[in-house]
Amino acid sequence: MGFMDKIFKQPRWGVHPDDHKRPAADTPLRTLPLPARVYIPLVQHVGAAARPIVLVGDKVKKGQMIAEPGGNISAPIHASTSGTVIAIGEITAPHPSGLTLPAITIESDGKDEWIETKGVDDPFSLKPEEITKITAAAGVVGLGGATFPSAVKFSLGKRLEVSTLIVNGGECEPYLSSDDAIMRGHADQVIDGVRLIMHAIGARQALVGIEDNKPEAIAAMRKAAEGFDNIHIRPVPAWYPMGSDKQLIQVLTGKEVPADARAAELGVLVHNVSTCAAVHKAVRLGQPLVERIVTVNGGAVAKPGNIFLPIGTLVEELLAFCGAKETPARLILGGPMMGTPLPHAKTPVVKGASGILAFSAAEAEVPDAGPCIRCGSCSKACPMGLLPLEMAAHIRADDLEGSEAYGLQDCIACGCCSYICPSHIPLVQYFNHAKGELYSKERAKLRTDATKRLAEARTTRLEREAIEKAEAAARRKAERDAAKKKAAEEAAAAAKESTTEGAAS
Amino acid sequence: MIAAVFSLTALGVVLGLVLGYADRIFKVESNPVVDEVLAMMPGSNCGQCGFPGCAGAANALVDGKAAASVCPPGGKELAVALAAKLGISLDMSQVKDDGPQVAHVSEEICIGCCRCIKACPTDAIIGAAKQIHAVIREACTGCTSCVDRCPTEAMTMKPVPVTVQHWVWPKPAVAA
Repeated sequence: MGFMDKIFKQPRWGVHPDDHKRPAADTPLRTLPLPARVYIPLVQHVGAAARPIVLVGDKVKKGQMIAEPGGNISAPIHASTSGTVIAIGEITAPHPSGLTLPAITIESDGKDEWIETKGVDDPFSLKPEEITKITAAAGVVGLGGATFPSAVKFSLGKRLEVSTLIVNGGECEPYLSSDDAIMRGHADQVIDGVRLIMHAIGARQALVGIEDNKPEAIAAMRKAAEGFDNIHIRPVPAWYPMGSDKQLIQVLTGKEVPADARAAELGVLVHNVSTCAAVHKAVRLGQPLVERIVTVNGGAVAKPGNIFLPIGTLVEELLAFCGAKETPARLILGGPMMGTPLPHAKTPVVKGASGILAFSAAEAEVPDAGPCIRCGSCSKACPMGLLPLEMAAHIRADDLEGSEAYGLQDCIACGCCSYICPSHIPLVQYFNHAKGELYSKERAKLRTDATKRLAEARTTRLEREAIEKAEAAARRKAERDAAKKKAAEEAAAAAKESTTEGAAS
Repeated sequence: MIAAVFSLTALGVVLGLVLGYADRIFKVESNPVVDEVLAMMPGSNCGQCGFPGCAGAANALVDGKAAASVCPPGGKELAVALAAKLGISLDMSQVKDDGPQVAHVSEEICIGCCRCIKACPTDAIIGAAKQIHAVIREACTGCTSCVDRCPTEAMTMKPVPVTVQHWVWPKPAVAA
């Protein structure tokens, strides 16, 4: 970055960590040999868990749907290889808690045989809703890491009449290069996906933001986008967190997403480049999202690089394939700034896994936190313009509402504050803790309200039942009385008849 | 006829005005603090506190006759909130909080007697005579009203399992 660039282009927020992307980014894409078993979690997206539709013992083919969406915001899950379902049960989730998630285990038959797939030859003659439908059925979710179901986002974009599609090729997290790999190797797929998404949401133009530390990707994407006047490739400065949607929107369009609004309300929608490629595969080839590119990197890896693998592969197998220089001191799913620490390597790779990092002891070292010296570095680095030091002070004193007043809910958990802090205070960890606590409090409150409603409903039900019972009893009594009266009348009539008869005779 | 209609209408109007006026003047003020406290309670009127329902407990709390830890289903969360609200001290050792609990039916010994169903304040148990009962976890408040009703001890309380969706990052340890 030149001197002038530094003044005019460098954003006034964020940090610039050493990117560590090469040499992993420059090694050619490798394909993982077919694993013997895949473990496919039923929750790989934001929203409700998918519901399994196969049974243990069923034979499945690659790309066959094995779990259906569990709600409006959910995504189906497909088999990532052909074989036999051997278990439906719990498996350690790729999650810092080390808790389990329900998963479907498939034992591979070694053939990796696809189900019959049928792509659409001319998707642009289809209605936009059809593209959304195909994307939903293919289980495509946001592959940048957020894993929000893409089809839901398409419908939202269509409804709010989004004019600009922003394609996120920022990949600002250090170490990761899976988006870089897909742009270098499959730029045509990405661009086709961009056109399909534009068609689905009715956008007039697309801005592809790519950080300028990926010149090969920029060149490949420019070449692939030639001839499409409404797709603009826009290099952006390599600066963390450029790949965060709010920051990328600001840099590319100059618009700032307000705290209480969604990006779509500004007329823009952000999709990741890998998501675009997945949409291309879903629509053109009819292939659901069952494979992805994952970056394996870190000081403990012997042969770092980008690996193409079926979803549900164990991290253990992936690391074995890449070789180990030493026993990893820490495993991370995603990037080092926002990724999730993994409890162990026997966890599956999921749709949202852009990278697996195995850190050596030197890389994983966490210095002890010192006291806050109120230098203000964190406020300067915060891309959302918050005051991390104040928020953390409130949280440390268990004053969560106080930290909320400082804008805790606007925190994007990018980790710039923790990174820049000279006292190594784990600031973002405080915010994650506080957000979780506030969320569980909110849930407890909703629960209390629901309990009240249920208790009231019961009271009204009991009252209604009492009234109904009384009415029924009254009705029965009336019927009994009527029957008695009738019987008495009949008896009287019979008696009268017999007397008259007797008199006649 | 007309005289009767008029006199009765006049009577109605006058009495209505008197009653309306009396309602304003002799209005019984309910303590707004009691209402606020009541809004915080679980509202299932399970009676574990020993007061006649949540309203009774709220009254006792405001009158200072009950400790902030009065409500077992409310647990630690509610005790802390109540203590903060009423400005009373809270003896945390009195709060028995094993975390949130839900009722659980052991299906192999449930005889389908329906007694627990009648006891549940939130209709969280489903089932019919001679059919195995089941607890709807989302609706169960963990009030334990059902546990003693079960003739076969099939009803037990279990802690609510922590799931990935409900897990919360721990607070970073404060440096000494």
